[in-house]
Parts: sequence; structure tokens; C-alpha cells
Amino acid sequence: MSFDDAYQALTDHDDDARWAYGTGFADPLAGVPTALPDGVDGADLAAYCLMIGDDALILSHRLQQWVTRAPELEDEMAIANIGLDLLGQARLLLTRAGEAEGTGRDEDDLAYLRDPADFRHVRLVERDDTDFGQLIARLLVFSTWRLALLDRLATSRDPVLAAIGAKGVKEVAYHREYAAGWAVRLGDGTELSHRRMQDAVDAVWPLLGELFTPHDVEVRLAAAGVAVDPASLRPEFDTVLTEVLRAATLDMPAADTAEAGGIVPVGATSPASGAVSAGGGTGGRDGRHGDELAAILAELQGLARATPGGVW
Amino acid sequence: MSAAEVAATVTDPELPMVTLAELGILRDVRETDDGVEVTITPTYSGCPAMEAIQADLVRALRTAGYARARVRTLLAPAWTTDWITESGKAKLFAAGIAPPGPAPRRAAGPVPLVLGVRDERVACPRCGEESTERLAAFGATACRELRRCPACREPFEHVKEI
Repeated sequence: MSFDDAYQALTDHDDDARWAYGTGFADPLAGVPTALPDGVDGADLAAYCLMIGDDALILSHRLQQWVTRAPELEDEMAIANIGLDLLGQARLLLTRAGEAEGTGRDEDDLAYLRDPADFRHVRLVERDDTDFGQLIARLLVFSTWRLALLDRLATSRDPVLAAIGAKGVKEVAYHREYAAGWAVRLGDGTELSHRRMQDAVDAVWPLLGELFTPHDVEVRLAAAGVAVDPASLRPEFDTVLTEVLRAATLDMPAADTAEAGGIVPVGATSPASGAVSAGGGTGGRDGRHGDELAAILAELQGLARATPGGVW
Repeated sequence: MSAAEVAATVTDPELPMVTLAELGILRDVRETDDGVEVTITPTYSGCPAMEAIQADLVRALRTAGYARARVRTLLAPAWTTDWITESGKAKLFAAGIAPPGPAPRRAAGPVPLVLGVRDERVACPRCGEESTERLAAFGATACRELRRCPACREPFEHVKEI
């Protein structure tokens, strides 16, 4: 089989497998052993995979919303590619979550059929971007954090998480480089771009605490050598952010809300964080999300829910 | 032809000038009592071509008389551009796509932060000029970046080293 270009191959025959968009994808873990590591609770592993899988899924969706709106074609492609990498990581992690919980739910069930309170991402990823600087500020902190996380996951006792970590490091290193490059260009740019980039960093900072606050599931799985204690990521994160912000001539905001478990009090400095959907001192890892998540899921899940079991 | 020989003829859907074997995506082909089992390793986690690759492999084997074929995914070790064969790199170059150099080797410790221009030399596949510049780190697919040659003034794609 040989074609002059990919498009000729696409039109050569009627083959639905080439048009597998939406639901009905092949299992991304097909043939990967599904056994759980000794002594690891399946429910805990499933919950953990949802946490870091939902982080990737929801941020991927936010990035996709920029497609056709990026300032230049090169950034259009960068944002789409970064979103695609994260979507791929989400597919693997959600599939692993379904295996670990043992209920037979697959990636589609988990992405399309869960309600907002069943999502486990940090609230950092669901906030809407009000400008390109905010996209960059969030991507910078998220990719710096996730790169440190995936790098440590590469030695997880769970072979699937280890593989996802080792693979993801190569991808997220490019995401961080892209975000850091733009942070420097805007921060060390014009007076206007500097001010807006500083505003964006200030706006994202109150949402950082949740990234480094260990959840009970993370504590148990980290002790078992399966997960990473997110508190251990802070030194690397601080080192990288200090270097990037210095190069960008930006000020590092004074403090984040680590002690508050990541929840931004109503009226805090993040203008787009939305209201906390329920009371209690817990964050996104326990299913407490802002109102913005409902809008994200309406868009993400609408078609799949309107046509249950539909494949196209 | 053996099942391995058939699988080795299947080309990549996005880079049709090279085979999956030359790209290092095709890891193993085994004829078992239960049909042919093909093992592939994805390039990037989100690579949408993986669906087409699996379908292409199964179809090629079926056409060659191997009615029962399945494709399994091997995630670890993660794919690296070091697995692209010399013939694969030569075909990429001939098609105007700069092939990857050696993948970066990392010392122990955190992934180093790259700020500003990467220190790398990628030769122009059109005129051979050795000093070219990056236009964008992300190209038409996840595995490629866009570069520009200052000598012949042409943009070209480069398969990123990972």
C-alpha cells in the first residue's frame, strides 16, 4: 500500500476506520496488560487515574476552544497539538481508570457520561481564558507541574502509569517550552504586553495551591509506590517558575492558597474562577467545581448524550 | 509472503514515503495458532493516525490471506525517533522533510528548561545549508516542527527528536 500523499490514501476506499472521530475509538490500551500491582486498591488507582486524566481532558477542551482564534497560524497549530497530546494522555488514563475500577466503563463512558461532581480535575484547568496571556500563564504553570509529575510517575509500580509517564514527559517538555517562550516574549515585550502577562500570572496564582495539596488517595498510592505525592513537586516547580519569570521580567506573586486546599474564596483575585459549586473545604479532586464546568461538559458531552451509544 | 513481510510493507498514513517498520512503530509480528499478532508502539499519546495504522495493518494482512490479525499496543519503552531506520531517514530527507538527529540524552534530575533558541543544527533538505532556524515548534502533525532555511529561503518540516 503506497500513496503519494495522505489525502489520496484517505479517499482510496470506503473505510470507516479512517474516520473514527467522536466515539467508537479502538481501545488505546489494547493488548496492554491490565493487572493491578500487588497490594494496590483498584478504587484508589481508578480515582487517581481520573484525577490526572481529567486534568488533561478538561485542559485539552479549553485549548481546543482556542482553535481558529489563535493570534497566528503557528500558535493555532501549537495549541491544537498540545491539546491533542493532552487528549491522548486523557484517553490512556481514563481507560486505565475504567480497568482499575472493574466496572467495565471505558474512556467514552467516563468522558461523556459522568456528571460534574464526578470529575476530579483541579480547578486550574476549567477556568476560562480571557486573553492569550491567560492561556500562556495557565499552560506554563500546568505544564511545569505536570512535567515534574509525569517524570516521577515513570518509576511508578503500576506499569501502565509508568509508561504513560515516560511517554508524556517527552510531550509536556515541549508544552512547557512553548508556554515559557511566550511568557518571556510577552513579559519582556511592550509595556502593554508586560502588564497583561503580569495580570495573567497574578490571576492564575490563587489556583496553584490545589496542585500541591495531597489528596488522601494520592497519599495512600504514593506510599505504595504507585502515585506521586504532589507536595514533592513544589521545589522543582518553584525553581522553573523563578527562572521563567525572571527572564520574562515578571514578578512572582507573593503567595498562593496552598493552606486553603486550593479553593479560591469568593471575591478572591482570580476574576474567572467562578463560584464554588458546593460548600465544604475540599477542591476539584473531590468533585467540587466552579459553574464553568457545567458549560464545558454541555459542549463536550452534548452530542454523545443526545445519541447514546452512537458511533460515527 | 510471511506475515512479518506483509506488515513491513505497510506505510505510515501521514508520512506515506516511509513504512511503519522504518519509523520504528512496528515492533513485532508473530504468527500464532490464534492468528497474526502485530505489536505497535504509538509515537505520541494523542496521535490520531494510530487508528488508521491499526486498520491498515489488519487490512494488508487480510488481503495477503491472513484472515485473523489483531494489533496490540506496547506503551513501554516509549517510542523514540532513534528507532527510525537509516533508510527511513533517507526517504524523509528525499521527500523534503529533515530527519531527526539523535534523541536528547538526559542526565539525572529534572527535565532541563529550554528558554530561547534551542542549540541544534538541522540541515536544509533542499539545499543542504546546515544552519537553519525554527519557525514553530509544532507542525502539521505532533511529530514535526516547521523550520526555515536562510540560504534558499524555503520553509521545511523537521521530525523532532524525542
